[in-house]
Amino acid sequence: MTAPLPVLAVEGLTRAFGGLVAVNNLALEIGRGEILGLLGPNGSGKTTALNLMSGALRPDAGTIRLMGCDIAGLPPYRIARLGLTRTFQLVRVLDGMDCRENVMAGLVFGRPHLAAVDINARTATLLQRVGLGGQEARLACELTYIDRKRLELARALAPAPDLLLLDEWLAGLNPSELVSGIDLIRSLRDDGITIVLVEHVMRAVRALCDRCVVMSGGRKIAEGVTGSVLADKAVVEAYLGGIAADA
Amino acid sequence: MNARLATFALLTAAGLSLMAMVPYLANAYWLALGISLLQYTVLATAWGLFSGPTRYVSLATTAFFGVGAYTVAVLGEALPWPVVLAVAAMLGAALAVLVGLSTLRLSGVYFVIFTFGLAELIRQLVVWFEVNKSHVLGRYVFVPVTQALIYWQLLALAAAVFALGWLIARSRLGFALRIIGEDETVATHCGINTTIAKVTLFVISATVMTLVGAVMAPRWTYIEPSIAFNAMISFQVLIMALLGGAHRLWGPVLGAVPLTLLFELLSANFPNTFTIILGCIFLVIVYLLPRGVVGLIERRRETSVPVQRRLPA
Ligand SMILES: Nc1ncnc2c1ncn2[C@@H]1O[C@H](COP(=O)(O)OP(=O)(O)OP(=O)(O)O)[C@@H](O)[C@H]1O
Ligand SMILES: [Mg+2]
Repeated sequence: MTAPLPVLAVEGLTRAFGGLVAVNNLALEIGRGEILGLLGPNGSGKTTALNLMSGALRPDAGTIRLMGCDIAGLPPYRIARLGLTRTFQLVRVLDGMDCRENVMAGLVFGRPHLAAVDINARTATLLQRVGLGGQEARLACELTYIDRKRLELARALAPAPDLLLLDEWLAGLNPSELVSGIDLIRSLRDDGITIVLVEHVMRAVRALCDRCVVMSGGRKIAEGVTGSVLADKAVVEAYLGGIAADA
Repeated sequence: MNARLATFALLTAAGLSLMAMVPYLANAYWLALGISLLQYTVLATAWGLFSGPTRYVSLATTAFFGVGAYTVAVLGEALPWPVVLAVAAMLGAALAVLVGLSTLRLSGVYFVIFTFGLAELIRQLVVWFEVNKSHVLGRYVFVPVTQALIYWQLLALAAAVFALGWLIARSRLGFALRIIGEDETVATHCGINTTIAKVTLFVISATVMTLVGAVMAPRWTYIEPSIAFNAMISFQVLIMALLGGAHRLWGPVLGAVPLTLLFELLSANFPNTFTIILGCIFLVIVYLLPRGVVGLIERRRETSVPVQRRLPA
């Protein structure tokens, strides 16, 4: 029996800034339809790892395979066209454009096979999906914080990605927004989208992640099924009992 | 919407025909003024075509203008006029590809300095070549192109540059450039090859500038590098486009027309202090009108009537 091809397989991924090794020999694998939690205390290298996967940064060493195809060092636009999209830790929307154009940005330059879709219909569906139904003509700069996050997610979903990287997408939401946010991400997984979830909100991690990888100082310190990883002694120590305990 | 488009097309056609009549109606002085107005309108609009959406400030205008003018000086007598123009356009485009690929990865200030240096570098290269290889300092331009013909060619270029800008704004390229202008990081993560998009636009803009230089060359009967590669042109075009507002297609013309008239007036009356006055105007524009005349008009409109949201095609 051959194992199915992982959506993403990372090996030996390394990137330093000057003397600081932000990501050090990282290895991880994600199967189709899985939500992988990427955890770790502040400054442990999570965002840097996402930047390397999405092409925003070039790795110093290592391989990154997206459905078998090595994408390490490719520019972001090529990686996006291959089916990997992301959101940003500090939400980035196109402020001078309306919601419809924001979603179109993700749609029209993404994947070649989407060229034939009805752009208006798909934009409307995507906005509906993230809870911005009927807001096509609203300018992005007029949106509230949570709606900006929703819009950014709709843009990332537009090209029907195989892999979605979410960098603390749930951070800063109030309790009721958090519940709907968790439901939304779960529904994406139900649609077959594979997700890497960088998250500090442990409640969300427990609710969503099948497996977790924990980083500290750029290195992977633990990996496995969510429940047991969060109970791992090294992990609790890395967080100094802080965040892991608050759930 | 269709009726509006038809009216617009009709008005444009009428306006163009009217402007095409100028050489029959005007004397030499007014024709020369018309040529200046069209020249700067086309240059400033072409400048805004690239710099408006990308927000790169280019001082390379004169480099392309000069390449166009010099192509005519060298080949003008040897080849038929349309071929000369085609060669000039190709040279300008090739230079723009080269410059674009090597500099559009540079950020703001470095790009400004590079483009400024570029014009100077090309001028020095031409001087060196002419002195050492061709053994001439300047060249006479003997081509059978009358002032009226220069005017008509510029008018055609003006129509073309506006049509191009209109088409680009409605194309994928135009949308990509607006995204790049908003947030280049987001643009690349959306699947946009930002380098190709920027270089394409730079080449289109530069080709138009080169053609203006070629078309204008017969106006001087004698050309030398300091005339063809005059840094002043870059600065004037920059000021005009900024005064008008480079973020709209019809912005730069609102700066080009009044400033061309003003510069004519100044250079005739105050030839010695002209550059100082130019510098002051530049400062005033940047301080008082950061978004140009267009910005002023748009602000007026927004306060008087509810904002009319533009529907992209
Ligand atoms: N562009 C950069 N240049 C220099 N150092 C950087 C850069 N990006 C990240 N770093 C450093 O690399 C380390 C890892 O940063 P990173 O942003 O990946 O952490 P993180 O796990 O995402 O943290 P957080 O939970 O706070 O978002 C930090 O020490 C950070 O200061
Ligand atoms: Mg981070």
